[in-house]
Amino acid sequence: MSITVIPDPADQTSSTVPRRSVLRHLLKDPQAIVTAILLIVLFSAGLLSPLIAPHNPNAANLDAINAGVGTPGYPLGGDESGRDILSRLLYSIETSLISALIGASVALAIGLTAGLVGGYFSSTVRNSVEWVSSLIMTFPGLITLIVLLPLTGGDYRWTMLILGVLLAPGTYRIVRNLVLGVKKELYIDAARVSGLRDFRILSRHVLFSVRGPVIVNTAFLMGAAVAAQSGLAFLGVGAKDVPSFGLMISSGFNNIYAAPLQFVWPCICLGLITGSLVLFGNSLRDAFSGPRPKRPKPVHGLRVADGAAPEQTPTSSISAHAPVLAVEDLRVSFPGTKGLREVVKGVGLTVAEGEVVGLVGESGSGKTQTAFAILGVLAPEALVTRGSVRLEGRELVGLADSKLAALRGRVVSYIPQEPMSNLDPSFTVGSQLTERVRHCLRVSRREARQTVLDLLARVEIADPQRVFDSYPHQISGGMAQRVLIAGAIASRPRLLIADEPTTALDVTVQAEILDLLRDLQKEYGMAILLVTHNFGVVADICDRIAVMRSGEIVETGTTREVFRAPAHAYTRQLLDAILEDDDSPAPSAPADRLVEVAR
Amino acid sequence: MITYALRRLLTGVVLAVLVTFITFLLLSTSFHDMISTLLGPDVTPDAVARREHELGYDRPVLVQYGEWLVHAVRGDLGTSLFTTLPVGPSVLSHIVVTMSIVFPALLIAVIVSVVLGVWAASRSGAADRVAQGISLVGHVVPALLTAIVLVVVFAVELKMFPATGYVQFADNPYGWLRSITLPVVALVIAGMASMTAQIRGSMIEELGKDYVRTLRTAGVPTRSIVLKHALRNAASPALTVMSLEFIQLFSYSVIIENVFALPGFGSFAFSSAQTIDVPVIMGVTLVSVILVVVVNLLADIANGYLNPKARTH
Amino acid sequence: MSALLDVDQLRVQFAGKGRRKATEVLHGVSFDIGESETLGLVGESGSGKTTIGRAVLGLAKVHGGSIRFDGQDITATSQRQRRALAKDIQVVFQDPYSSLNPAMAIGDILSEPIVQQGSSSRDARARVKTLLDQVGLPSDSVDRRPQEFSGGQRQRIAIARALAPEPRLIVCDEPVSALDLTTQARVLELFAEIQERTKVAYLFISHDLAVVRHISDRVCVLFRGDVVETGVAAQVISHPQHIYTQRLILASPVADPDRQAERRRERRRLLDQQPTVATA
Repeated sequence: MSITVIPDPADQTSSTVPRRSVLRHLLKDPQAIVTAILLIVLFSAGLLSPLIAPHNPNAANLDAINAGVGTPGYPLGGDESGRDILSRLLYSIETSLISALIGASVALAIGLTAGLVGGYFSSTVRNSVEWVSSLIMTFPGLITLIVLLPLTGGDYRWTMLILGVLLAPGTYRIVRNLVLGVKKELYIDAARVSGLRDFRILSRHVLFSVRGPVIVNTAFLMGAAVAAQSGLAFLGVGAKDVPSFGLMISSGFNNIYAAPLQFVWPCICLGLITGSLVLFGNSLRDAFSGPRPKRPKPVHGLRVADGAAPEQTPTSSISAHAPVLAVEDLRVSFPGTKGLREVVKGVGLTVAEGEVVGLVGESGSGKTQTAFAILGVLAPEALVTRGSVRLEGRELVGLADSKLAALRGRVVSYIPQEPMSNLDPSFTVGSQLTERVRHCLRVSRREARQTVLDLLARVEIADPQRVFDSYPHQISGGMAQRVLIAGAIASRPRLLIADEPTTALDVTVQAEILDLLRDLQKEYGMAILLVTHNFGVVADICDRIAVMRSGEIVETGTTREVFRAPAHAYTRQLLDAILEDDDSPAPSAPADRLVEVAR
Repeated sequence: MITYALRRLLTGVVLAVLVTFITFLLLSTSFHDMISTLLGPDVTPDAVARREHELGYDRPVLVQYGEWLVHAVRGDLGTSLFTTLPVGPSVLSHIVVTMSIVFPALLIAVIVSVVLGVWAASRSGAADRVAQGISLVGHVVPALLTAIVLVVVFAVELKMFPATGYVQFADNPYGWLRSITLPVVALVIAGMASMTAQIRGSMIEELGKDYVRTLRTAGVPTRSIVLKHALRNAASPALTVMSLEFIQLFSYSVIIENVFALPGFGSFAFSSAQTIDVPVIMGVTLVSVILVVVVNLLADIANGYLNPKARTH
Repeated sequence: MSALLDVDQLRVQFAGKGRRKATEVLHGVSFDIGESETLGLVGESGSGKTTIGRAVLGLAKVHGGSIRFDGQDITATSQRQRRALAKDIQVVFQDPYSSLNPAMAIGDILSEPIVQQGSSSRDARARVKTLLDQVGLPSDSVDRRPQEFSGGQRQRIAIARALAPEPRLIVCDEPVSALDLTTQARVLELFAEIQERTKVAYLFISHDLAVVRHISDRVCVLFRGDVVETGVAAQVISHPQHIYTQRLILASPVADPDRQAERRRERRRLLDQQPTVATA
């Protein structure tokens, strides 16, 4: 009996797969087909047992005691009381089916309603439902079912009803989490603005989105009910005249020395039913999650196509005079539904020492993938099919990840786009930065701590100690970005790769961060590769630009050149799309006009 | 942190009281039957009613429960109606047997799950499928069948372990170990399934997150990332599963005890339910609930320690 | 001429988590919008601009002040009143990916509110085809699902949904912020074109000054729950009175290296006069 369902991250996303393709997916899945057929055959046999069973399941015939397999009239033999094993099996299937139906439907009715209500409505409602759920979950499972025997009088149907109540919190949790997720979706807000009634929103929008995991859960609930009922019957809890697998296994087990095969039949049957329910549930889950690509081996490094790696550079040619970064004919592909899909198509660019180069493009242009390729942190399924990436003359493509890792954080650093999701939520800012600094500078913990505090001050954080002791969720986005910058510059890298570092920030904060980056760049003399889609940012900080579209660089040049006289039509198109910002405003407020800005 | 722990403790106590109360309330409908069984078959309804009154079972439910609770808090769980033995010691002696298979099983299952889950998440292909397969066994095969298969194969056929019976640790430590091996294995197989899948799933999810990539760009070694960062974040939902798993294992142990003829909690609970021995049933319920609450509390505290955001709610 | 939407001293609180006190996010905000006018609401995160939009739409509870639409008080509305208001007030959200139910076909998404208002499904289908036409999408879109469209196209669908009941006011909550530059320009054109044709008013919320200036008649600058400046868009942006507005304008980088350098210098000058240490 499993009250907990095997969880799967896919359960946390509501289903977006249309009905038709779920069915199609199931039909293509051999596991689904086999288990479904098995279940249908077994359950039908059980339902038809009054018609097809050769004997009454409780009819004891003295001649049939411990009869062997193949005895005329008793195809699977007789048990220790002379009852026909086959008939008992068939009726046991019926018992299991009824158990499954009662247990699962009660759990579903309670859990689904509670989850919808608890997830959708206000937090007061949710808290009360949570309480009841916690209460039910505190009941000690099977012990409760045993202990309440006086109440049920041994009737397994009542016991299954109570089991359903005990199983409900599991379903409630799943549904509630899904509903909470769906509730945040803007289309629910849009429905409310359209004036749709809550009931309709719940039934049409919310329920439909959660149906996948709920259906999967039902299969597991049924399996749990069957297993529970068998277990209880095995213990002897329940009426003795209701045939069930548990009873059969129990008597067969006790009789094992006299007739060793008796317990085997109900074991096989029980195993087939529960196993099929669980495996079918797994298949359903796969069908609802939509096509999931085979999980690739988590390679830590660049996956390079055979023969694509350029010659490794002999150490003598690694010179400090080489451009800090030289990318040549870089090609990166991802496996798609129809073979490989190229996202970076022969990109070439150079970044000289101390230079700030902007890599500009819209979404889907491949600029971020280029940056990841340089760092060697592409997704595991990505493949570098060609090209060369030289960092200070050292070839990176084809380099073992351990060697690449030695360069990361030391020679080349990275600032991500979204500050909050790029900090580990379970560790304080200080401990994360200290770890990074210890790593790239190889210093003791005490030295690292001091270095971190100095760095935090350098990135203009007002109270370094406080931020050091804070967790990521306790600081603002702008502060988090400063923290990440601090970590990135700790080793005075030769090249800093900044991936849209200000896109997620407020515009005033953005200006401050850009000032900071410019200062740091001057002070440390580091080169920066700035990935962005914002031409204003480019105008502010970049010396040269490379414009990317659909995986290719369409134009490069100094910032002034490209802005004044864009050569490529696409660049022109982009520049034209920038909304006109007329002459710089003349702030007319005299300095002594004290208007409150901060509160 | 302390306030958080205290708050969870208080919640646990309240829940324990509510659960025992509800159980008592539900059982109160059977008091009449209980007294009838106690007195024997040929008794007049008057005699039953009189005895009920003598023993105090005709008083309002709330009053009876209150009296029981007051005694229970002081450690006095009353005496069995049928055997006149004190409830407390009998319950405890039985629960010790059960816990001696449940706790080791939980511990082993957690360790195995973490190792297997982390390993599977860091690999893929064949290795991952093997790990998933191992954990699937426990999910697909009911605990009952696992126990039966183990007994038949290892005890009856191969005679490597005793098929039945429990040896007290104090009497013979090695014998005790042998007598609990198969039951613990059965429990571990049953319990491992959900936890392995949970950890594997959470780890895969964590390893795909942004902060992991950023840590890699900082040159932090992979081992550190997986074991220090990702595992810690993945542990939080896993702890929830773990405390639920305890109730699961507790339930399975009842069945497994029966298969291996261990004098555990399950049979004790069953006999008390059959005779409707209310004081014993209440004792059984109380001890079970306390165990559940304690395990949940420990899991919550661990979660609060690992997950700073949980503390602030 | 009385305003179409009149917001007066609006106060909104967010409930504190657990034991914490509630925090006020809007401290008495006032503004109005006339018929067929576009009011830009500009501010950074924490300014409360999105909360204002949600309060007007009935998605956030109001704790003080009033909101009047066409003279009628809509500060606290029941579900039935909201349904009636849905004919007049509509919304286009920021995120084109989550504002359309991925499990529904476009035709269903668009016809649902129309049917809700009382039309028959046949009329609804016809209207849907007209709407798709108005936003420049092919009519075979009705059977397809949101995933099959690009971000810009999805915003057009969201706009079509907003237009369905022929509203008099559309609350646009950062409708182009998630779009590429080129798509942004086209969607803004669509907004302008629709206003031209249907005379609808817009409450246009954005953090992007350039966008707001481009599309608004008047603009309202918000800072931490207060209106710091209101006025004609071109005027406010070329001659900002309030220091925060000045900082905001100077912080937005301009796409010209020399002018940007100049703007940077001005910003530094302003900051030197009113220095603030980074607390964000």
